[in-house]
Amino acid sequence: MKVAVLVFPGSNSDHDAYHAVKHVCGHEARFVWHKDGSLGDAEAVIVPGGFSYGDYLRSGAIARFAPVMAAVAEFAKKGGPVLGICNGFQILQEAGLLPGAMLRNRSVKFLSQQVHVRVERADTAATAGLAPGTVLSMPIAHGEGNFHAEADELDRLEQCGQVVFRYVGRDGGLGADAANPNGSARAIAGVCNEGRNVVGLMPHPERAAEPHLHHGAEGRRLLEAFLGSAVHA
Amino acid sequence: MIRVRVHVSLKKSVFDPQGRTIHEALGGLGYAAVSDVRAGKFFDLAMEGDDAAAAKAQAEEMARRVLSNPVIEGFTVEVL
Repeated sequence: MKVAVLVFPGSNSDHDAYHAVKHVCGHEARFVWHKDGSLGDAEAVIVPGGFSYGDYLRSGAIARFAPVMAAVAEFAKKGGPVLGICNGFQILQEAGLLPGAMLRNRSVKFLSQQVHVRVERADTAATAGLAPGTVLSMPIAHGEGNFHAEADELDRLEQCGQVVFRYVGRDGGLGADAANPNGSARAIAGVCNEGRNVVGLMPHPERAAEPHLHHGAEGRRLLEAFLGSAVHA
Repeated sequence: MIRVRVHVSLKKSVFDPQGRTIHEALGGLGYAAVSDVRAGKFFDLAMEGDDAAAAKAQAEEMARRVLSNPVIEGFTVEVL
């Protein structure tokens, strides 16, 4: 499995993603600079977290026009698996490859904390093989992760099964306000496109891939699912 | 040279956490007359040429494509 990890000026989770893919999961990883117009022979793409272009204008708003994003759009159109993490999720939203947009966190504070997310769908590129209802503990680190879409669009996303992850309590239940750290509509932590090959989420699975790190290793299950789905794509 | 100002702010239907926080701060300072605050941003574009209508049309296109995110934001364009 050859995985392209995109690098923008201001990316800061690119090395985490590269490390997790290559050294933890044992796949081939390669950095692709934002000015490259090609993804080469990549079989999967990770758009990593960080603060591309300093989050100027809006998170992801400038990065979406980078030359590499045209190649990502083409790759996604052909059904290639793409995973956007945190700022990578925001970039994919700005590029129109994923639905919704991010508002400032409800608290207007940058949040860096461990959260629990529940897998809602097993039929996406990032969750193949994970049972719906599976609760994964991963960290978030963002100021703009408050998922927003109009009510009818939210209904459509639910009907089409595009809500992939929700913030939940440790027991997997919704309801507790504290479990939804940023105020996201319907506690949405991650979504996919209609083709189910492009998935974005705010939590960082790549920072929760090794048991000796304090964020735990449950994110690795998501990464392995993503890397496995790429094999079968 | 034509100067065009683009105002971008969250749609009315979208909750504005920043505006809410500023509103609460103003209330805390005793400005009780403030009933709502909406935060936004503006961009002043200095554009070549002397065709104000063309400059405005181009600014509207830029506002739609780049300066705003139509999922959450609206914009207005004015020639200064």
